[in-house]
Amino acid sequence: MPEAAAWLILFLPLASFLLISIVIRPTLGSASQLAGYVTILAVGASFVLSLVALFSTVASDGHIAYPLHDWFSAGEFNFAVGILMDPLTAVMLVVVTGVSLMVQIYSIGYMHGDRGYTRYYASMSLFTMAMLGLVLANNLLQIFVFWELVGLGSYLLIGFWFDRPSAAAAAKKAFIITRFADFGLLLAILYLFFNGDTFRAADLNPFVITDIYHAIDLGIISVGVAQWVALGIFAGAMGKSAQFPLHTWLPDAMEGPTPVSALIHAATMVTAGVFLVARFFPLFEISPVAMNVVALIGGITAIFAASMGLVSNDIKRVLAYSTVSQLGYMMLALGVGAYGAAIFHLFTHAFFKALLFLGSGNVNHATGTFDMRYMGGLRKFMPWTYATFLIGSLSLSGIFPLSGFWSKDEILAHAFDSGDPVGGLVFLLALIAVFMTAFYMFRALFMTFNGDFKGGAEADPDAPTHGGGLHLGESPAVMLWPLLILAVPAVLIGFVANPLTDLGVVPIHWMSEFLHSNPALHNLHSGAPEFNKSLAAFSSAVALAGILLAYMMYQVKVISPEVVGRMFRPLYVLLSRKYYFDELYEDILVRRVFYGSVAYAFDWFDRSVVDALARLIGWFGANAGSALRQLQTGQLQTYGMAISIGILIIFGAFLFVRG
Amino acid sequence: MSIHDLYLLSPEISLAALGALLILVDLVVKRKGILPALAVLGLIVPLAFSISLWSDLAGDNTTHLPGLFNAMVVDHFSLFLKFVLLAAVVVVILASTEYVKKIQRFQAEYFALILFSATGMMLLASTTELITIYISLELTALPIAALAAFRRDSRSTEAGLKFLILSAISSAVLLYGMVIVYGFTGTTSLAAIANQISQMTLTSGTPFGSNALLFGIVLIIAGFGFKIASVPFQMWAPDVYEGSPTPITAFLSVASKTAGFAVILRVFYVAFPLDTLSLDWGALFAVLSALSMTLGNLVAIRQTNIKRMMGYSTVAHAGYILMGLAAVSARASGGEAALGPSGVLFYLGGFAATNLAAFTVIIAVSNRIKSHEIDDYAGVGRRAPLLAAVLTLSMLSLIGLPPGVGFWAKIYLFGAAVNTGLGWLVVIGVVNSVVSAYYYLRVVKAMYLSEPQSDVKISFGFPMRLAVGVSFAATLFFGLYPTPLLNLARTAAGALIS
Repeated sequence: MPEAAAWLILFLPLASFLLISIVIRPTLGSASQLAGYVTILAVGASFVLSLVALFSTVASDGHIAYPLHDWFSAGEFNFAVGILMDPLTAVMLVVVTGVSLMVQIYSIGYMHGDRGYTRYYASMSLFTMAMLGLVLANNLLQIFVFWELVGLGSYLLIGFWFDRPSAAAAAKKAFIITRFADFGLLLAILYLFFNGDTFRAADLNPFVITDIYHAIDLGIISVGVAQWVALGIFAGAMGKSAQFPLHTWLPDAMEGPTPVSALIHAATMVTAGVFLVARFFPLFEISPVAMNVVALIGGITAIFAASMGLVSNDIKRVLAYSTVSQLGYMMLALGVGAYGAAIFHLFTHAFFKALLFLGSGNVNHATGTFDMRYMGGLRKFMPWTYATFLIGSLSLSGIFPLSGFWSKDEILAHAFDSGDPVGGLVFLLALIAVFMTAFYMFRALFMTFNGDFKGGAEADPDAPTHGGGLHLGESPAVMLWPLLILAVPAVLIGFVANPLTDLGVVPIHWMSEFLHSNPALHNLHSGAPEFNKSLAAFSSAVALAGILLAYMMYQVKVISPEVVGRMFRPLYVLLSRKYYFDELYEDILVRRVFYGSVAYAFDWFDRSVVDALARLIGWFGANAGSALRQLQTGQLQTYGMAISIGILIIFGAFLFVRG
Repeated sequence: MSIHDLYLLSPEISLAALGALLILVDLVVKRKGILPALAVLGLIVPLAFSISLWSDLAGDNTTHLPGLFNAMVVDHFSLFLKFVLLAAVVVVILASTEYVKKIQRFQAEYFALILFSATGMMLLASTTELITIYISLELTALPIAALAAFRRDSRSTEAGLKFLILSAISSAVLLYGMVIVYGFTGTTSLAAIANQISQMTLTSGTPFGSNALLFGIVLIIAGFGFKIASVPFQMWAPDVYEGSPTPITAFLSVASKTAGFAVILRVFYVAFPLDTLSLDWGALFAVLSALSMTLGNLVAIRQTNIKRMMGYSTVAHAGYILMGLAAVSARASGGEAALGPSGVLFYLGGFAATNLAAFTVIIAVSNRIKSHEIDDYAGVGRRAPLLAAVLTLSMLSLIGLPPGVGFWAKIYLFGAAVNTGLGWLVVIGVVNSVVSAYYYLRVVKAMYLSEPQSDVKISFGFPMRLAVGVSFAATLFFGLYPTPLLNLARTAAGALIS
């Protein structure tokens, strides 16, 4: 594939963004239908090119070398941009553009008549472009630029309905928390800056990713350096992928339009963290500490998020917690060295999670609310949505033979086989998460689609304004087709992309082998572990147990959820208050510690001490008959005094230092 | 003084002449509206002279054109700064037009005073001799005192008087420092001072023998520290920023700071090069840098008035730029030597564009809503979507985020600091830029997320559009493609090193 075509994947959505915001919106108005078609065309073309990229990467044994282009250089600092096309990039491109395309088509129906229609599509184009730029980048700084652009795009989209205070607050929260985490990424970049000399000695550029891979090959990077850089990168990834304890922004981010949630939580922003760890996997590989941290954080996140999903009544929040939990899964997989399995799970998850989110969008479209307590019985009104939602839920729960089963199973098998204590521990965590996942998904399914209808937006006192109130019935075709299309990979892609036997067209374990064909990966033992029948059966039984429990509680109601809730009252409150993390961050850390103390102290100093001094000296000045008496304060003297004292301190410090 | 000297001084002479011309034209012309247009068009002359001088340097393969009995020099360094200053003056004049129309009286004087002050700043970039430096500095400061008091209400008068008196104090301090240095070395020429100091080191065997000279240098730092509003000499800045007419605030925060850093770089690199001194003034600048950043940012958080907030923000940015002066100890090796000063120049250029973009929007908005309270910016996102977008991107650039040029400016400067082993300072700098996001984004939040008090669209005239457009285009262009500005900055810094 020629380099220009690869750049085109990035530039098409960018062109769409510019066209919409510079030409279409000012000339044709903010509700122009054209914006949607332009975006779909651009993303669609990017999708086709991404498929071409995937095939040509396969054809060239997993690596296409593109030259670097000097953007600017300063002294020894050289910023060279380029495309890194390896199996990881190729797979990610297909996921991002494929899911984005479906979401854009779906949005034509969902966003119809919104007064920010063009702004919506402009932001979507920008966001897709940022994600593609991140995936394609072959330079750490390039990654950082697009990483921040992804953050900006999510800020614009989560706060899309900015006249709603909760949406505005959610956008801000997402931005600040991920920004905070980006700090780690920035420190990792600075660390490489510090150690740049050793790179340059070997004629390598410390920011070019392929050069970092080389440096690892040559043994230039010591385990200590790798550890700190990897942990810094992981900190950034934790923010974007909403890993514990930086997960709090993601459920709130549900305030954005539902297709945005589908895009953010299936294919783009949150997978960016997993992608980043995978991108620098060779660095993580050589540091056992970093690997264990990734595995443990992933494992904790997997059950932590799932546990909050157990009690949430908002269908989108359930899906959000599910996403956090599944991302924890992927991190866990990376941490135990299951590189291929993690990306494979990212791949399958993108399809069924996008399907589920879009399904919840249809549900919202019909009922005008997201609160499952006011839904029920929707199966009658929207059979297609129900069918696809069921497929998504089964796939997510990991039921044989749907896509989710294969990828989840590979992760479990890896953790099981790893043989060290951390591996064993995260295997247990993963297994608990399997149970919880099956339970909350089917709890949501039963509450939403089965039983009797409970009134929708008209019964829900907190129903949001968007969604146009209650009109029960199936959604328009443009909002159904994307679901039907996504349902196909949600069922099949798990087996087809990574089959257990040779399918003729697709060789055995094709995807894992393909991902592992990356020459930068060394220490990976094998592509995929043996398929462990008893383990698969066991995990399936665990998932089925979860479904059964949900069935008994929410379908046949043998066990009353209210009674269970009362029995475990403290636990229930803890879960539904999200472990009090919001309170911890906002009330204690931000409000009391930072704003209340540190900033306040300085301001107090400025106001009280400086002003008090000013008044004191002003009093002096007034009594001395200063000519400036008319100028209300005596602050001038303070300033003069401060200059004098400053001079004396500097002089004294110099004398002291020189001895 | 020869004709050649006149040519070397031609940008400054034509700039001052333009100021005088404006006052003359004002006497005969009834329609005062042509004054700013005349000023902006007239600025083409000094710009043309500067470009001609630049091409002379490039053509003759000479890096220095000394003039006026070696009291000044034309080199890439001074010309780079003149370009930045001229661009800033253009934007400030454009942004002043609506404002000045409202004052009615003394319109020509207003523009002339800006031009006179800018003349002083351009001279500062060129001077290589202590007395000329002092005179240029006074020429810079006096018109600003008058401009700060231009509104003639109590706040503005207070700002003007404060600036005048504190500027006088700092000049006194500076002059005292210069006297001591002169008494010690017997010369006022920067190059000769360096020569004297190095010879003393050789003969007496004690490196940098006397504390008196040290005291002189500290006094000079204090005098210049006032100009750039660095801690602990920053206290005037927020008061004066708040009280002055807003275009003058912009002028102060951009042009005055640029000139201040220009003269600091010149004096310390030429007169007190580190290899002849045992005194590490780099470390001193590092400490001042850390203090300025931290204090500026933390106090800015609590401000409710946007001009005052920008005042503290400028203090913080002075801190970031001081990092480039601190990054001096790598001077030994050739290629890296220019990293610190070129970082300073690059940052000054980028900061000028970004801060002017922010200030022009603040001027345009505040002209209409008649308030400088951040809370009153509520709903500007709806009342003036373009202005709000420009201000948002400028704020991001000030934080140090792409796509504005502030991102590269910080990266480059932090990189220079890392290269000279100032990792700790960079960590402080990074923490500070994260903290600064809080108060910059508060403005963005007010604009987009709060309900507007009225739904009237905010409109503004053509000169204002041009001012916003030019400064914002520069911010964005150099943000996406920093190479041209960076190359200019590097060439300019090279002149200082050799």
